[in-house]
Amino acid sequence: MNNEQVKTIKNSAFRIWAIAATSVGLIMLGILLVKIGMDGLHRISMAFFTSLPSRRAENAGILTAWVGTLWIMVTTAVIAIPIGVGAGIYLEEYSRKGAWANFLEINISNLAGVPSIIYGLLGLEFFVRFLHMGESILAGSFTLALLVLPIVIVSTRESLKAVPKTIREASYALGASKWQTTWMQVLPAAAGGIMTGIILALSRAIGETAPLIVVGALTYVPFTPKSVFDSFTVLPIQIFNWVSRPQAEFLVNAAAGIIVLLLITIAMNGAAVILRNRWQKHVKW
Amino acid sequence: MTLLPQKAAGFYCKMNIKEKIIEGFLFACSAVCVLTTLGIIAVLLVQSVQFFSEVPISSFLTDTQWTPLFADKHFGILPLLSGTLLTTVIAIVIALPLGLSIAIYLSEYASKGFRSTVKPMLEILAAVPTVVYGFFALTVVTPFIQKFFPGVAGFNALSPGIVMGLMIVPLISSLSEDALYAVPRHLREGAYALGSTTLQTSLRVVMPAASSGIIVSVILAISRAMGETMIVAIAAGQQPRLTLDPTVPIETVTTYIVQVSLGDVPHGSLEYKTIFAAGLSLFVITFLLNNISFYIKKKYREAYE
Repeated sequence: MNNEQVKTIKNSAFRIWAIAATSVGLIMLGILLVKIGMDGLHRISMAFFTSLPSRRAENAGILTAWVGTLWIMVTTAVIAIPIGVGAGIYLEEYSRKGAWANFLEINISNLAGVPSIIYGLLGLEFFVRFLHMGESILAGSFTLALLVLPIVIVSTRESLKAVPKTIREASYALGASKWQTTWMQVLPAAAGGIMTGIILALSRAIGETAPLIVVGALTYVPFTPKSVFDSFTVLPIQIFNWVSRPQAEFLVNAAAGIIVLLLITIAMNGAAVILRNRWQKHVKW
Repeated sequence: MTLLPQKAAGFYCKMNIKEKIIEGFLFACSAVCVLTTLGIIAVLLVQSVQFFSEVPISSFLTDTQWTPLFADKHFGILPLLSGTLLTTVIAIVIALPLGLSIAIYLSEYASKGFRSTVKPMLEILAAVPTVVYGFFALTVVTPFIQKFFPGVAGFNALSPGIVMGLMIVPLISSLSEDALYAVPRHLREGAYALGSTTLQTSLRVVMPAASSGIIVSVILAISRAMGETMIVAIAAGQQPRLTLDPTVPIETVTTYIVQVSLGDVPHGSLEYKTIFAAGLSLFVITFLLNNISFYIKKKYREAYE
């Protein structure tokens, strides 16, 4: 075999290996979905959504968990959206290039790389103890809001950056102020991209487990929360609790809970992708 | 301004104040990020300083046992760090060859259609909540490994390490692919003109040219794996031990923090402070890794054009 043939064979071998490598992750995802479907699908019923957690696996449900997740999602959104979008606007539209802008940028990249459990420690000492929020929905939401803030800020900046300068200049030429220009022209033009980022950030927030455990979310809550000051649990923590038990019946519950959690996550990510594609097709500057 | 009628001047003045207030608010939003960083550092430092006033740093760094919750207390971080290191190394050993091959394939071989279908599918892997991966490691991967190696314990470092590796594949593949894709075309054409195959061009021309981007992706993946919590908390066990054996139960830094948070350790006790000392160790390592990657990205940014 000459050199020429060897290198052609190597090239084809790599092609096969690379396709195999690409498939590995997708195959694993397939096995995961099949396994969870087989274990948990038969457990899903109306009663599963309306029952409180229980010592007996067959009676246990996810009522407190999904209500808690809903509370956390809404409260986190209320906190993270104005701060994240505001910070994005400031960085992209207002701040001058300089030391402070550079510092902020490095800071945001750093925050994005901090392990989520560290945010839990911050939440525990600052929100739970120092601000006396207790182990409440409010403390959990503030913690998660800080966690997803970099995602919201980065996507806001990217979307604002994509709005052409001419739009701003036209608005200034008509006598609009900086804020009027930003609020009435630039933000609506960037809304699709910003929404995509917000949805992705919230989807990340509802999948988080570790920081909420550290903040003191409970693994067993016998009631649904009535206000942001109540203690709470969320879907991932309920799943974690069931997975950690030795009895096999609880693993069935965990699989059923995972189906619900995955459906929510996939729906949100799907919505984000669709929104992004429609936006890109719609807006042609 | 003096030429303006009284009313208009007042209007502009009011508008000016409103503009200033809004700018102030937006500035405050961006300052939240800085305050978050300062808050994290302050919280970790304050609690850790109290911890180190009771436990000398030397024994924290050199003691080979970590038993703060037992009667015979030892506070050596090494067993936890070795657990974190072990699972991270397994994850990277899995993720690096897979992720890099996928990146090269998507950037150099695949058609546009294939690329735009596969990339978002891989990104689903990164969007799955980690508690789901923990379940997968415990109920699918561990039994699968035990079928071939019956000696492997029900909780071990291998299974969560492998699953974590698959989880971070998209991180490496997508960042590396961006770096490879950005290498200008004429470099490839030069290689092809000399008679190289696609593989030779990829490995000897494109990959070296994109090396800094690839290194950055790997560093970020390492940092991500070290901070991962739920997969190891579910499937790796909760037994801190100084070992590099992937078949026995271990405990990572992150798992320890979860373990203490689930129990009821009184606020202000030495046990309570241990989670902040452990958290500080983790934070310092990931912070260094992240900043090394920023530095590389900035310093070795390829500029060909």
